[in-house]
Amino acid sequence: MEININGNKRQVEITDTSTPLLWIIRDVLNLKGTKFGCGKAACGACTVLIDGQQVRSCSYPISQLKEQAVTTIEGLGTAENPHPVQQAWIEEIVPQCGYCQPGFMMATASLLNNIADPTDEEIDTNITNVCRCATHYRIRKAIHKAAAIHQSKTSN
Amino acid sequence: MENNKPSKKVSRRKFIIKATLGSIGGLVLGTYLFRKPIYRSIAGYVNTLSTPYEGSKDDPIIWFEITPDNKVILQSPKVEMGQGIFTGLAQIAADELEVDINQIKVIHAPSATGNMDAFGTGGSTSISSLWQPLRELAATMREMLKTEAANKLGVAVTTLSVAKGVVSGGGKSITYAEIVKGVDKWKVPATPALKAIKDYQYVGQPIARVDLQAKVFGEPIYGMDAVMPDMLYGSIVRPNKVGAQYMDADTNIAEKIPGVVKIVKEKDFVGVVAVSQTAAEKAKNAITANWKVDKIWQTHDIENMIKVGKGDAIEIQKTGKAANILEDKEGLITMEFTSPIGAHAQIEPNGALAFVEKDKATIYISTQVVKITRSEVADRLGLKTEQVNIIPTFLGGGFGRRLHTPHAVQAALLSKAVGKPVKYFFNRQEEFQHDTFRPPTHHLLKAKLNAAGMITAMEHNVSSGDVMYGSALVPAIMQNLIGSDLGAWRGGMINYTAIPNYRAVSWRVKLPFATSWWRSLGLLANTFAIESFMDELAIKANQDPVAFRLAQIKDDTIGKRLKEVIRVAAEKSNYNNKAVNGIAMGFACCIDVGTPCAQVAEVTVVDGKIKVLKVTCVIDPGIVVNPNQVKAQCEGAIIMGMSAAMFERMYIEDGELKPIIYGPYKIASIKDAPREIEVIILQNDDKPGGVGEPPLGPIGAAIGNAVRRLTGTRLTDMPLTLG
Repeated sequence: MEININGNKRQVEITDTSTPLLWIIRDVLNLKGTKFGCGKAACGACTVLIDGQQVRSCSYPISQLKEQAVTTIEGLGTAENPHPVQQAWIEEIVPQCGYCQPGFMMATASLLNNIADPTDEEIDTNITNVCRCATHYRIRKAIHKAAAIHQSKTSN
Repeated sequence: MENNKPSKKVSRRKFIIKATLGSIGGLVLGTYLFRKPIYRSIAGYVNTLSTPYEGSKDDPIIWFEITPDNKVILQSPKVEMGQGIFTGLAQIAADELEVDINQIKVIHAPSATGNMDAFGTGGSTSISSLWQPLRELAATMREMLKTEAANKLGVAVTTLSVAKGVVSGGGKSITYAEIVKGVDKWKVPATPALKAIKDYQYVGQPIARVDLQAKVFGEPIYGMDAVMPDMLYGSIVRPNKVGAQYMDADTNIAEKIPGVVKIVKEKDFVGVVAVSQTAAEKAKNAITANWKVDKIWQTHDIENMIKVGKGDAIEIQKTGKAANILEDKEGLITMEFTSPIGAHAQIEPNGALAFVEKDKATIYISTQVVKITRSEVADRLGLKTEQVNIIPTFLGGGFGRRLHTPHAVQAALLSKAVGKPVKYFFNRQEEFQHDTFRPPTHHLLKAKLNAAGMITAMEHNVSSGDVMYGSALVPAIMQNLIGSDLGAWRGGMINYTAIPNYRAVSWRVKLPFATSWWRSLGLLANTFAIESFMDELAIKANQDPVAFRLAQIKDDTIGKRLKEVIRVAAEKSNYNNKAVNGIAMGFACCIDVGTPCAQVAEVTVVDGKIKVLKVTCVIDPGIVVNPNQVKAQCEGAIIMGMSAAMFERMYIEDGELKPIIYGPYKIASIKDAPREIEVIILQNDDKPGGVGEPPLGPIGAAIGNAVRRLTGTRLTDMPLTLG
């Protein structure tokens, strides 16, 4: 089948249609930024965007994917041209072990697509990923900063 | 006074020089840190990574390599698990080597290069243990390069200056990369005087983590991300029940599942190798394994075992006659506390990518104990240790969970069975049921107060499952000599040294499931118990809890530092003993790995649930290499400790450890984390101490003490809940 991922059309051979999107991304397309954490959509480490909305790819069978655009952390931004969320994460020095951070950044990108300037309560409701290093204090600051960066970019 | 003199432990005599590394000249400098030789060394050698080095007992712990583009590769003996050690080492090395921080790349040392740290990574020791040797050896290497530069430039070494890896003098200059070309004999100077800390350009600065870009742009840096050509995927059947022993398995159905390459039956497990992760998981679930289970355990069985008074006891602290004084019931105050079984629940599952060939094995793995992982794989495969190369990766969380790596052996056996690389890792249920848990604890505290409200005698008893017993890190002979569990003691001693009579007793219980290191070991539960008790004693003495604590601490060196963090925490938080507008403050403090820490939690109750609004944390780890990362460690430790104190609990139901998934095993989320955390760093020591664990100590008691002042209820059992 053809997968629309990070702005590219990629051909992949699917032998088992029950395979979660996560493993197609990681093991077939070899994009390792999307992480396995729990396999039950309970931790958010595997979060990607499908048409701009957050999806936990460990529990999303590949059979559900048609022509929608999939975005992973590798497609969010680059070191030269970081997404506002990545820029904010750098400025706040958020990651510790870093393993869950791509999931948090994708969930935040999704949140900002829906709510340009989320309140603390909207962050509480929408960002439910798990971080064991407990970087939540900086994540909250980075989300607010990402919203500000995003708004200043769009207003310019 | 700061210490910038070379330590006596390093002397020229103890440098070990290796004349050759393959065809390229190089050298190794070794030194000894502890009674048993643990090698802290340097290798400065030339040009490429293509010179394999076969390890020996003189192996260096730290390698520096100078690359042709005048950069320095630092092979770290410590693994990066989020604590920021790569950044700290880069800062320290850059300052003494006189290079720009961007010229240093820190990487994990594979075991093939020999520089393994026998201690592993943990215990908040990475910076404190490498601070002095790394500076000395970097400074020595800089002087060696300068001496050689003087030869090449034809000028006196005393006229040379160094900046950004370029040596200049007499109107000429030469880069480090140019200096090392063609040199096969090095002159080793006596260890030079180190720079004064005020002259450091990087040490002490809040620079960004050196791994920040990799982590923000999703680079494949973790064990789970490792790949090899023709790689297959593995799975292993694990039992649901505590104490189950593998007998045999029916694999008929599994063998027919599409994608299965081989069913692997070993003496102690059955596993699958398949062409994909999904196929490996499906085939595993289709295997019916038989287990021998001697007893169906329940939570109450464990609770009955973990009781002060049961098991082996050892007195770990004694001053005065506390036992005698507290035997008399007159005026005796006692309280009991408990903490539950805790899971590590790090997000990257355990696993390994292994490739076993005829005479060698290569293992990519997230491990905190490279050397132990290597010996375990070598032993089981019948290989020599030098035939096994352990390539450590970035860890998707450590917290002590990577101190036990039998899964490296299992991945290696799966690979050996098919002759191809196999990647194997736990699923989440397996992570929760086969963790090496933080043991549950029970605490009994006793004290007496005099008429002036001073403590005359105090005693802490802790009963705990094992923390260090059974670990390959602590030899059995040492464990037997000590007779108790050092890990369970962490934080269990009384820091109120002005009390005339005090003692602490540790009770050891062997549990039927694996228990081990969990970030800060016994500190979390012990500090919760002692500091909650202190708060209650202050209330009984009708005293302010801050003044009450200060009055019971001796003015020795560590006592003064503890008093200072207490004073500053009270001042910066505007500590108030009384609840105001439905918000109360709770105070607690600890000393861990030589680092005093005090915290104030501001707490309210919303819909019957405890809500932490703000935490003020004052920590004195001595010299700070990177204040931004010290703050990050404090913020993380506070929220992780709060999560353990308020939400987390494993239980056993009909022989099964539960929960088996995040959510039911609730970990603090962004909603639960305090919106405000203020970290204040004091530096009242002349060397760096530990940071990763101390700030986990006070938080449980700080929250409990706030709840007591807000509601009048004393919470004695973690996880802390109201009604």
